[in-house]
Amino acid sequence: MDLDPVLLSRIQFGFLISFHIIFPAFTIGLAAWLATIEGARLATGNALYRRVFDFWLPIFAVSFGMGVVTGIVMAFQFGTNWGVLSVKTGAIQGPLLGYEGFTAFMLEATFFGVMLLGRDRVSPRFYFFSCCMVSLGTMFSSFWILANNSWMQVPLGHTVVDGKIIPTDWMQIVLGPVQMVRWPHMLLAALLTTAMCVSATGAWYLLRRVHFDEGRMMLHWGLGLAAVLIPVQLFFGHLTGEYVLKHQPAKFAAIEARWKNEQPASEVLIAIPDEANERNLYAVTVPKLGSFIASGNFTSAERGLESFPREDRPPVLIPFFAFRLMVGMGLVMLAVSWLGNFLRWRGRLASSRWFLWGTFLSFPSGFVAILTGWYTAEIGRQPWVVYGLLRTRDAVTPSLTTSDVLTSLILYVVVYWLFVAFGIHCIYKLLREGPRARTEATANVTGSRPLAVAARTDTGGTA
Amino acid sequence: MTGAAPSGLALFWAAVIALSILVYVILDGFDLGVGILFGTTREQNHRLHMMDTIAPFWDGNETWLVIIGAGLFATFPVVYAVFLGAFYLPVLLLLIGLIFRGIAFEFRYRSVKTRWLWDLGFSLGSTVVAFVQGSAVGALMRGLPVAQGQFAGTSFEWLHPFSVLTGVGLVFGYALLGAGWIVLKSEGDLRDWAYRRIPWLAAAVFGVLGLAFAVSLSVDAGAIAQGHLKDRPWGWALVALAIASLTGVVAAARARRDGLAYALTVAFIGASYLTLGTMFWPYMVPYEVTVASAAAPEESLRFLFYGGVVVLPVIAAYTIGVYWVFRGKARSGYR
Repeated sequence: MDLDPVLLSRIQFGFLISFHIIFPAFTIGLAAWLATIEGARLATGNALYRRVFDFWLPIFAVSFGMGVVTGIVMAFQFGTNWGVLSVKTGAIQGPLLGYEGFTAFMLEATFFGVMLLGRDRVSPRFYFFSCCMVSLGTMFSSFWILANNSWMQVPLGHTVVDGKIIPTDWMQIVLGPVQMVRWPHMLLAALLTTAMCVSATGAWYLLRRVHFDEGRMMLHWGLGLAAVLIPVQLFFGHLTGEYVLKHQPAKFAAIEARWKNEQPASEVLIAIPDEANERNLYAVTVPKLGSFIASGNFTSAERGLESFPREDRPPVLIPFFAFRLMVGMGLVMLAVSWLGNFLRWRGRLASSRWFLWGTFLSFPSGFVAILTGWYTAEIGRQPWVVYGLLRTRDAVTPSLTTSDVLTSLILYVVVYWLFVAFGIHCIYKLLREGPRARTEATANVTGSRPLAVAARTDTGGTA
Repeated sequence: MTGAAPSGLALFWAAVIALSILVYVILDGFDLGVGILFGTTREQNHRLHMMDTIAPFWDGNETWLVIIGAGLFATFPVVYAVFLGAFYLPVLLLLIGLIFRGIAFEFRYRSVKTRWLWDLGFSLGSTVVAFVQGSAVGALMRGLPVAQGQFAGTSFEWLHPFSVLTGVGLVFGYALLGAGWIVLKSEGDLRDWAYRRIPWLAAAVFGVLGLAFAVSLSVDAGAIAQGHLKDRPWGWALVALAIASLTGVVAAARARRDGLAYALTVAFIGASYLTLGTMFWPYMVPYEVTVASAAAPEESLRFLFYGGVVVLPVIAAYTIGVYWVFRGKARSGYR
C-alpha cells in the first residue's frame, strides 16, 4: 500500500471524525439526561437532583465545546481533501450540512446560553424548557448528519445531469427509509453511551465511598435506562443489517467474511480473514446460522464476495472485526445493565463491589461501539464514497500532493493530541472531584464559551 | 463563462456570503488584532486587560467563518472546492491557528510556569491567521488556475511575493482594528498605549496595502481587475473613501475620540472590501468562476433558503445581543 493523497486523506478524515464523534455522541445523551433530571427536580423539588444536575452541566459544556471545535475542522475537510466529492454532490450534501450548522447555531445562540448561565435569570419552567430545547437541538443536529451519511450509503431522490448530481426529491433525501433506521440507531447509541458513562461514574463513587447519594442515583438511573434501551437498540441494529443486506450486499458479505456463495450459508463467529487468499484462518463457524441471520430461514442461498467484481469489493478485515466488537459491546451493555437491575431488585447493588468494578470498567463500551459501528459502515461502503455513484479514489482534490496531506495529517495529530487531551483531562478532573453543594456565578461568558463555565467551576473561582 | 446571468436565489446567497465575510473581517479582525498587539508588549497588566476586552466576543466571532464555509459548500460548491483546494496549507494553518488561540485563551490563566508558551501561542496564532487570510486575498487577486471545477495549480501557488504583501497588509489592518477596539474598551494606561500605536499602524496599513493596490493596477496578473475598475469608474470613489477613512483614523486618535478610531477603521475596511468587490465582480474565484457558473442547482438554493431566512436573522440578533450585553468599557476580573 503506497502513501498517496487518497489513502492519506482517508486516514486524516478517519482520524478527525473519530475524535469528533465521541463528543457529540456524549453530548446528545448528556443533554437528554440533564433535561430529564431537571424535569424530575421540577416535579419533586428533590435537592439531590439539583446537585447531580449542577455536577453534569460543566461536563456537558466542555464536551459541547470540544464537539464544536472539532466540528469546525470537519466543515472544511470536504473541500480541502475531497474537492471532487464537494463539487459533484455539494448540491445535496451542502444543504444537509448547512441545516446541521443552522440547527447547531440556533441551539448555541439561544437555549444553550440560558442553560449555562440563566438559572437565576429565568423562571424554573423556562429553564426546564431550555434544557429540553437543547436536548432536541442536539438530536436534530445528529438527524442532519445522519441524513447526509445515509444518502452517501444509499443515494435516493436525485438525478444525474452532465455528471452533476441534482436533488429532485428532498423528502426522499431527508426522510428516506434508510435514514429512518440509521438515525434511531445512532440516537440510541448516543443515549446508551451516556447511560454507561453515568453508571460508571456512580459506580466509581460507590467504590471510592464518596458522594454516596449522588453515586447511587447515577447508578440506578444509568443502569435502568440502559436496560430498557439495549433491547430496542438490538432491534434497530437488526433493521440496519437488513438495509445493508438489501442495498449493500458486498458490505454484508465483508462483515460476515463470506468469500464464497453458500447454500445454506454458515456463520463465521470468529476468524482471521486472509484477504490475499480469500479465505478465513482459524475460523469458528456454525452451519446454517448464516442463512438464518440474513434471511430468517436455515436453507437460503447467501452471496459471498466472489459474486462481486474485485473492484467493487470492500476491505474485509476491519468491517469484520469492527462489527464483532460493536456487537460485543452491545452484549456487555446488556449484561451489565440487566445484571445491575437484578442486583438492585435483590438489594445487593451497592454492596457488590465486583459488579461496581465491572460497571466502572465498562464506561468506554458505548464509545467503542459507536466508533466500531461507524468503521463498519464507512469502511464497508468502500470502494465507494457515495455508494454506486462516486468512487473514493475519484473523489479526492486533484491538486493535492502526498506531502501536503502528510503535513496536514501530522499537524492535526499533534494538535489534536494536545487539544483533545486537554478536553478529556478537564472532564476527568470534573468527574473525579464529583458533585459539590455550591456553584459559582460566572462573568464574561457567553453561550459560545462553554469552556469558561467549566473552567470556572473547575478552579472553584480561586485562581 | 461570464455569459449567463445569476438567478435571484444565487444572488441572494452570494450577498449573504459576501456580507458574512465583511462581518467576519470586522468582528474577528479586532480580536485577531488584539492578539497580534498582545505579542508586542511584555507588560503583564496590559496583556491581562487586552484579554478582558475580547473575552466575551472572540469565539462567537468565529461563528461567521463557519457560516462562510458551510454556506459556500451548500450554495457555491465549486468555489468551496477550488478555494479550499488552492489554499490547502493556509487553511490548515488557519484552523490550527484558531485552535491554538482557543487553547491559549483558556490555559494562560491557569498556568504560571508555562504561561509564556500560551502567550506565544495566542499572539503567534492570531498573526498566522491574519497573514494567511490576507495572502489568500492576494492570491485571489492574481487569479487561480481552474480546470473542470477544481483547482489546477500547485501547493505553494498562494505564496507569491504579492500575496506576502497583502498578508502583511492584513496583519497591520487587523492590528489597527485591534488598537481601535482596545481604545474603545479600555481606560488608563492601556488606552494610552493603544492610542500611541494607532498612527503608526495606520501609516503601515497605508504603505503596505497602498503598495499592493498600486501593484495590482500595474502588473499583468490583475489585468481583468484593472479592466473592471476602468469600466466602473465609480469604484474610485470607494478608493477615495478608504483613504479618507484611514486619514480620519489618525485624526480621531489625535483628538482622542474613543469610539471614532475603531468606527473609521471599520469604514476603511468596508470601503477596501467594496473596492475589491468592484474589481472582482462577477467572479467569485478570479478570473475563472463566476457567481452564475458556481451556483448550486436552484433546488438546493431554495431548500436552504427556507432555513436561511429563519436562522440568519437569529444569528444577527444574537450577535447584536451579545455586544449589547457586554457594551461599554470592559470590566476586569475575567477569572
